[in-house]
Amino acid sequence: MTTATLITCLFVFVLASFVGFEVINKVPPTLHTPLMSGANAISGIAVLGAILVSGAKDWNLTVILGFIAVILATINVVGGFLVTDRMLLMFKKKEAKA
Amino acid sequence: MNLSEFLPTGIQLSYLVAASLFILGLKRLGSPATARQGNQLAAIGMFLAVVATLLEQQVLNYQIILIGIVIGSVIGAVAASKVEMTAMPQMVGIFNGLGGGASALVAIAEFWRLLSSNAPLSTTSLVTIILGVLIGGVTLTGSFIAFAKLQGIMPGAPVLFPLQQVVNFLILAAFLGGSAYFLFAPHTLPIFYGLIAISLILGVLFVIPIGGGDMPVVISLLNSYSGLAAAAAGFVVNNNMLIIAGALVGASGLILTNIMCKAMNRSLANVLFAGFGSDSGEVSSAGGDGIQKTVHSIDPEEGAMMLGYARSVVIVPGYGMAVAQAQHAVRELADQLEGLGVEVKYAIHPVAGRMPGHMNVLLAEANVPYPQLYDMDDINPQFDQTDVALVIGANDVVNPAARHDRSSPIYGMPILEVDHAKHTIVIKRSMRAGFAGVDNELFYEDKTMMLFGSAKDVVTQLVSEVKQL
Repeated sequence: MTTATLITCLFVFVLASFVGFEVINKVPPTLHTPLMSGANAISGIAVLGAILVSGAKDWNLTVILGFIAVILATINVVGGFLVTDRMLLMFKKKEAKA
Repeated sequence: MNLSEFLPTGIQLSYLVAASLFILGLKRLGSPATARQGNQLAAIGMFLAVVATLLEQQVLNYQIILIGIVIGSVIGAVAASKVEMTAMPQMVGIFNGLGGGASALVAIAEFWRLLSSNAPLSTTSLVTIILGVLIGGVTLTGSFIAFAKLQGIMPGAPVLFPLQQVVNFLILAAFLGGSAYFLFAPHTLPIFYGLIAISLILGVLFVIPIGGGDMPVVISLLNSYSGLAAAAAGFVVNNNMLIIAGALVGASGLILTNIMCKAMNRSLANVLFAGFGSDSGEVSSAGGDGIQKTVHSIDPEEGAMMLGYARSVVIVPGYGMAVAQAQHAVRELADQLEGLGVEVKYAIHPVAGRMPGHMNVLLAEANVPYPQLYDMDDINPQFDQTDVALVIGANDVVNPAARHDRSSPIYGMPILEVDHAKHTIVIKRSMRAGFAGVDNELFYEDKTMMLFGSAKDVVTQLVSEVKQL
């Protein structure tokens, strides 16, 4: 990695952080838990990195570590999105009743 | 333009779409009407990003990746469908840890790849790898400790030892020193192993001094870290998608951390380092010593009469209610009271559960109508016109000492002002102090009635007594 790419990455990181602050501010307390578990699922994006490092043709330490990382991150992604949906469904059900 | 030329562009464009879907998804998660759709949009974004990554040139071995994805999906799906809503904080905690662990593994694996391919190890690459290992490692072990505390595997009380701050500082200094050495001699593997080990130890040391009552802050903060860990992994493998998604999560976790700290009127530094909350059940004698204190205790029959003949009742649920799984009984009681023409509302303190918004989820599970839930700022002015405030398993968040007693550890914390109601009924197991380890003067007031017993039993008795009115 060159310094130039590092700077580009930093730009992306800082700007995305600002977007995050703007988008998520003012979320009502009712939705804090689903928001957190939804965001949590998104942090499982590490699965992309895991796929990239475990994609090599031959078995070696990198691939093994990557394989474990794929499993961990996928649990995070799939579990996170599904449990968030389950919670939001409870809110929904009750609104329809009210 | 043929396929092999288009593919890299197409992948990047897919990432752009996926990143947009994440932002839109998070935006929609912020409103009750669109929240579910928002979560689905984010999930679609994730799916798109994964498919795009599988098409990357360096991905040659699909078999192992697909096996990993299948194993992970099955475990994740089972966990998501089985988990109790009371256990959501632990679940999110564990997931945070897994995300952090995955990020750290990516950084370690990438280091290995660079090392074994004899590629030149630039300082920038090494710095990003160190950061990835550090943040990911801290998130992994910190989350597991938080899980152990929430699950009751470990005592919730802060673990403190002499010279704790000094030890922490020395370990951190060792990490910085090791990192500096590593930058100049990246082939010294023992140093790299040492850095990994220190990261994991730091995560443990970071969470053990934090009391059980402060877990909402810790879970939020670890959520933020798991995002930062993913972003750091993004720097390591030079992938914008990871950086953007990681930054978004990092920001959201930080916002929630801030909200939780404000709700307790404490600074983040105070939460992290003060070892707050003894959780030992000992009552501190701050203020009011020497004054004979008496409590008024009533039985469920009297309680039911007070509730049944009131015009307005505000229910204040605390985590004690959730632990006793009493939320369904509470909803039944509320239904009974409404049948008698009583106006019933719920007052939710921001730190009423073990994670931000936890109490709302628990009540939603028990089918409590959403419009009956009131935030602290909305309900406080209404206590003056409330006949009975029914406090179930809550303690510190209704302690009036927070308003006036400067010597109290919870002084300044915004509370639900139940003492402004005409009467207060407190359902509690015993006179044991809350998480903050302080005595609650509310219990000794003349208009406060104590109903001792487990929340579920007492509320169930109240339900049957109210039926007979």
